[in-house]
Amino acid sequence: MSFLLVQFLTGLAGACSLFLVASGLSIIFGVTRIVNFAHGAFYMAGAYVAYSLTTRFSGGLGFWGGLVAAALVVAALGALIEIVLLRRIYHAPELFQLLATFGVTLIFQDLSVMIWGPEDLVGRRAPGLQGAVDVFGQAVPLYDLFLIVLGPTVLGLLWLLFHRTRFGILVRAATQDRDMVAALGVNQKWLFTAVFGLGIFLAALGGALQLPRDAVSHTMDLRIIVEVFVVVVVGGLGSVTGAFVAALLVSELNAFGILVLPQISLVLVFAVMAVVLVVRPFGLFGKAEGPARPAVAATIRPWRVFGPRERLAVAAAVGLAALLPLVAGNYLLAVAAELLIFALFAASLQFLMSTGGLVSFGHAAYFGLGGYGAAFASKAFGLPMAGAVAAGIGLAATGAALFGWFCVRLSGVYFAMLTLAFAQIAWSVAFQWTAVTGGDNGLLGIWPPAWASSPRVFYLVALAAAVAGIAALRILVFSPFGYGLRAVRDSTLRAESIGLDRIRMQWAAFTLAGAVAGLAGALFAFLKGSVFPDNLGIPLSVDGLVMVLLGGVETVSGAVVGALVFRTLTILLMSYTDASKLVLGLLIVVLVVAFPRGIVGSLSEFLARRQDRAATARAGALKPAE
Amino acid sequence: MLEVTGLNGWYGPAHILFDVDLTVGPGEVVALLGRNGAGKSTTFRAVVGLLAKRSGRVRFAGRDISDLPTHDIARAGLGYVPEDRRIFTELTVAENLEVGRQPARAGAATWTPERLFELFPNLGAMRTRPGGRMSGGEQQMLTIARTLMGNPKLVLLDEPSEGLAPKIVEEMATAILAMKGEGVSVVLSEQNLHFARLISDRAIIIERGRVRFDGTMAELEARPEVRDAYLAV
Repeated sequence: MSFLLVQFLTGLAGACSLFLVASGLSIIFGVTRIVNFAHGAFYMAGAYVAYSLTTRFSGGLGFWGGLVAAALVVAALGALIEIVLLRRIYHAPELFQLLATFGVTLIFQDLSVMIWGPEDLVGRRAPGLQGAVDVFGQAVPLYDLFLIVLGPTVLGLLWLLFHRTRFGILVRAATQDRDMVAALGVNQKWLFTAVFGLGIFLAALGGALQLPRDAVSHTMDLRIIVEVFVVVVVGGLGSVTGAFVAALLVSELNAFGILVLPQISLVLVFAVMAVVLVVRPFGLFGKAEGPARPAVAATIRPWRVFGPRERLAVAAAVGLAALLPLVAGNYLLAVAAELLIFALFAASLQFLMSTGGLVSFGHAAYFGLGGYGAAFASKAFGLPMAGAVAAGIGLAATGAALFGWFCVRLSGVYFAMLTLAFAQIAWSVAFQWTAVTGGDNGLLGIWPPAWASSPRVFYLVALAAAVAGIAALRILVFSPFGYGLRAVRDSTLRAESIGLDRIRMQWAAFTLAGAVAGLAGALFAFLKGSVFPDNLGIPLSVDGLVMVLLGGVETVSGAVVGALVFRTLTILLMSYTDASKLVLGLLIVVLVVAFPRGIVGSLSEFLARRQDRAATARAGALKPAE
Repeated sequence: MLEVTGLNGWYGPAHILFDVDLTVGPGEVVALLGRNGAGKSTTFRAVVGLLAKRSGRVRFAGRDISDLPTHDIARAGLGYVPEDRRIFTELTVAENLEVGRQPARAGAATWTPERLFELFPNLGAMRTRPGGRMSGGEQQMLTIARTLMGNPKLVLLDEPSEGLAPKIVEEMATAILAMKGEGVSVVLSEQNLHFARLISDRAIIIERGRVRFDGTMAELEARPEVRDAYLAV
C-alpha cells in the first residue's frame, strides 16, 4: 500500500517538468498557431545551460539562481529564433512550420554534442533539498516533494498572469482573434515574440529542474517531445489547465505502467491517448479548431496527365536507368537501388500529403513494418522473397489501416502529432519487444534468393518495383478516387454534400500509402539483409518529409527528384562530416524559408513563366504598335 | 481628417475596389452606402491594412498611413469596428475593453470604462460576463466601446445596425451622435438608408467597387434616381 503511495508521489513529481514543458507548448500554439517541434530542444538546452551555470557558481544562490538564469538565457535564445525564423513562416502551411522547428531540433542536437560532449552529465543535488523524508516507511526525496508543490504553484502563477495582467489579457484575446487585436492597436509581432519567449522559458525551466533528478543527455529532447505531444493532445492544445491535468495523468500512467507492463509501458500511455482522441478529438479541455491550412496551396497551374513528350522523357529516363548495370560497379548499383527504394517511399508519402492533404509525421512506421513483415515471413516461415515482400506489404497495410482509423478522424496539427505518436509506439514495440524483433540488435540475415542476389539483378528488381509503384500512384492521382480525394482535401463540406465520405476516402488513402511504403521497406530489408528499429523511427519519417519538400510538395512528381537528391546528399554528408544533423537542420530551415516550392516546383514555375513570356511576346509582335 | 485617394483592393486574384476616393472632415459623420457585396467592408479593411493586396494613398490626421501595419494605423487614432463584431468571447466585458485601451491622445476625447458605461448602460451591468454570453445587440455595443477605449479621432463602423432590433438601433443612433458630440469622426457602412439618414451629414454610394455618388444627405434626398439605381433592392 505504502509502496503504491510512493509510486504515486513519484508520478506527481514527474508531472511537474512535463507540465511546464507542455504548458509552454500550449501557450505558444494558442497565440501563434505553431506547434513548436523544437520545444524538446529548448528543454534540453535548459538542462545543459543549467548544468554549466550550477557547476560554475557554488552555493544555494549559485544553484537556484543558475536554474532560473539558465531558463532566462534559453528564453532569450528562443525569442531570437522567433524573430529570425518564425516571423517569416507564420502564414506558411503547417507542414512548413513543423518542419522548420524540427530543423531547429536537429541543429540543437549537434550543437549540444559539440559544446557539452556526447557523454551524459550528472548535475548537482539541490542545496537544502538533498535528503529524503519518511512516508509510511518509504523514503521520498525532498526534491520530489518540492516539485509536487511547484507544479500547482506555476499553474496558479500562470492563471494570475493570464487573468490579472494586461499582457495576459492580450495573450488570451490574441489566442482567439489575432487580426482584431491588431486592429485595436496591439503590435502582434512583439506579442508573439513575448509569448514565444514565455513558452520557451517554461520549457527550459522544466529542463533545468530535471538536473537533480536525471542525467543530462543529448537524447532527452526527443524523449520529452513525444511525451509532451501526448500531454497536449490529451489535455487539448492551447489549454494550460488541460496541460496540467494531462501531465498528471500521463506521469501517473508512466509510474504505474512500469509496474504493470514493464516491457512496453509507453503503449499504455498511447492507448489512453487513443481513447481520449476517439471520445474527444480535441482533447479533454480543448476546443474544435478551424479548418486546417492545406499543405498544398491552390496552385494556379493545375496538375495534369503527362503528354506524349513527357511520357517519352520518362520512358527514356527509365530506359537509361535500366542500362546502369552495364556501366556501374556493385557499390554504385547498391546505392542506386537504395535511391530507388527511397524514391518509392517518398512518392507514397507525397501521395498522402499532396493528393490526400494529410501531412503524416510518422510515415516511416509503415516503411519499417514492411521491413519487419518481410523479415518475419522469410526467417520464421521461410517464405521466398516474393512472398516475404507480399507479407511485408500486408503487415504495413494492416498497421496503416489500424493507426489510420484513428488518425483520419483528426486533421492538421492534431493529425501530424497523432501519426508521430503512433510511429513512436511502433518504434518502441520494435525496440522493447526483444524476443520477437531482436530489439536494438534487429533481425539479421534477410538475403534475397540466389537468382536475385547479385547487385545487378537486385537493382533491376528495385527499379521495376519503384517504376510500377510510382506509376500506380500517379494513375491513382488522376483516377476518380484521386479526384475525390482532392475534393475532400479542398472543401470537405462541398465534397461531403455531393456524397463523398471524407473519413473513408482518407482512410483508404492512408492505408494505400502505407502499403506502398511497406513495399519500399520490404525491399530495403532485402537490400541491407537486416531490419532495425531505426527503419520506423521518427528521423526517417522526417527524412521522408524533407525529400518531398525538397522535390516540391505542390507537384505530383517532385518526390522522386527530392528523394534522389536528398539521399545522395545524405550519403555524401555521412562520409564528409560528423555534423550531418547540423547540416540537415540548416538545409531544412533554408528550404522552408527560401524555397518552399522545392526543386520541381521552382523549375516548373520558371518554365511556365518563360512560356507565358514567350506567348505574350508573340502576341505583342502581332499587334500593331500603340 | 481622413483622405483616401485611388484605393484599389484585391481578394486573391479578384479585383474588388476600383480607384475609391473618399474624404471625411473632423467631427463629420459620413455614411458609406451600397448594396450587399458593393465593396463597403472591403474599403474599410483596405483602409486599416487588413487586406493583403491593395494600392492607393490613405492620409489620416495629416500623415500618410498607406504603408503602416494595422496596429500602427490603430495607434494613429483610426478605430475600426468590424461587421461581424468579433468580440473576444472568452474574455469578460471589462477585459474586452482592456484589450482596446490606448494612452490618451492629444486632440481626441479620452474614454474610460466608466464613461463608456454611461454611454452604454447595459454594459455597465455586466462587467464580468464573458463576451460569448451576450446578446447580439450587447456585443455590438461592446465592440464599439472597445474601439473607443483607444481614444480614436475617427471610427470606421461596419454595418452597426445589421441584425439588431429596432429599439437597439435607436440606442445605437444615440451612441453615434454622442460620439460625434465628443468630436469623433465616424464613417459607417450601411444598407439601411433610414438609419443612415438619422445620423449622417454626408453620403457616399459605392457600387461594384466604384464610388457612384458623393454629397450631402440633402443632395441625395433631391436625387431619387441615384437612390433607385444604387440602393433599391
